[in-house]
Amino acid sequence: MKHIKTINKAQLAATAKKGGCGKCQASCQSACKTSCTVANQKCERD
Amino acid sequence: MIHKYQLNGFNIVLDVNSGGVHLVDEMTYALLDYIAPPFAAECPAQALAALADTYDIEELKACYSEIVELSEAGVLFSEDTFTQYSAVSVPSPIKALCLHVSHDCNLRCAYCFAATGDFGVGRKLMDAEMGKKAIDFLVANSGDRVNLEVDFFGGEPLMSWNAVKEIVAYARSMEKQIGKRFRFTMTTNGMLLDDEKIEYLNEEMSNVVLSIDGRKEVHDKMRPCPNGTGSYDHILPKFRKMVSLRGTKDYYVRGTFTKYNLDFSEDVFHLYEQGFDQISVEPVVAAADMPYALTEAELSAIAAEYETLANRMLENEKKGGKFNFFHFSIDLNNGPCAIKRLRGCGCGNDYVAITPEGDIYPCHQFVGVEGYRMGSLVDGSFDTEMKAKFAAAHVGNKPECRECWAKFYCSGGCNANNYLYAGDILKPYGISCKLQQKRLECAIMMQAARFAAKESEEA
Repeated sequence: MKHIKTINKAQLAATAKKGGCGKCQASCQSACKTSCTVANQKCERD
Repeated sequence: MIHKYQLNGFNIVLDVNSGGVHLVDEMTYALLDYIAPPFAAECPAQALAALADTYDIEELKACYSEIVELSEAGVLFSEDTFTQYSAVSVPSPIKALCLHVSHDCNLRCAYCFAATGDFGVGRKLMDAEMGKKAIDFLVANSGDRVNLEVDFFGGEPLMSWNAVKEIVAYARSMEKQIGKRFRFTMTTNGMLLDDEKIEYLNEEMSNVVLSIDGRKEVHDKMRPCPNGTGSYDHILPKFRKMVSLRGTKDYYVRGTFTKYNLDFSEDVFHLYEQGFDQISVEPVVAAADMPYALTEAELSAIAAEYETLANRMLENEKKGGKFNFFHFSIDLNNGPCAIKRLRGCGCGNDYVAITPEGDIYPCHQFVGVEGYRMGSLVDGSFDTEMKAKFAAAHVGNKPECRECWAKFYCSGGCNANNYLYAGDILKPYGISCKLQQKRLECAIMMQAARFAAKESEEA
């Protein structure tokens, strides 16, 4: 494309279908403890 | 829903529901103000008329075609398919504990939300037996969760050193039998670290959060010892030693910024220059009448400072340096699933805090808050109705969040902040929202800048 460059896979909808396994870290355990930061957590699904 | 913004010379378009991030030229950026789905085959005459004086008509038509193509591919103006999952956000197994092994502290930090350690309810250390009960509670309520997390928190958790070791040994002793893994973490101010503790914590803790605010004068102003002297010189060498021996295990040096250091990029870089490469410096949580509190009046300065920090980090990367800043860290390709993004932090549902007395609260920030005691390890009580209430505190049930472009990144904000400052766990705290949005814009811009730099190299 000439005018638009997409920089990522953009697959959030697909992750909804197989998500929610709960293996990932609770977000407040990582560093924050005072603010909700979820999008920087890693997916740990096998 | 899309969110478009300009930052650092980039025109960025975020497609909220797919998570797609697009770098667009100025023409596209302008055209997006005049069009919306459903898209006709031809570019609307009104849009062409509005932009004809500035851009070539044929180019505008070509640009429109690209937008329509991406829309049809589901990565631009994509539909909200997430609402249906809100209804299945039911109470989950408990997988994480914030274990308050100490409601006492050996520092007197001015901004402490735990009232200098005791959470306003008296200084007390958790004994090992209560800690073991907490482990039993976690295991019993963990359902099919395999990874169980325990964060040793306080107050200062190293003041309960022997209890920590006993609790870890107890949990480890049952891992094989129950087929689960414990991941221990600790948040510490570092005052009591010594070689023995460093070796043990580096072995047993999958992550350590080391509290240090940045420059000595900034740190010492807010994090004094009980006698009023600064703590920076006590802790810095210990943190350096701990990190140098930590290998590949996770850690964060974590600071708090306040009204007193709105130039906090200096503190981030100070920490980087001390040899740390995993850094989190976060806004203070405090009532607006505290002298160090961040209020509406500071928002523009903080936003500008986040931009400064992002640009300084990119400049540093060009010189071959690199470090991770927690709030700018976003994996745009393999981040958390949509379900996690809907549910948010999980407090009161898959994450709870336990006090030295064995009281259960939705999270560490709710400890001592009237009406939010969920139960007790002593009498075995546990309020499943409150658990269900927190399970339902997802993005779909927060009206203001539903309309926000950042909803799948912050997941509805910190429920404790929402309650303490906006009066309702479902009502986002406006100042936090604005800061979160700015951080996200910076974080996405940084990814765009890296993408553009790589493309430029390859060209």
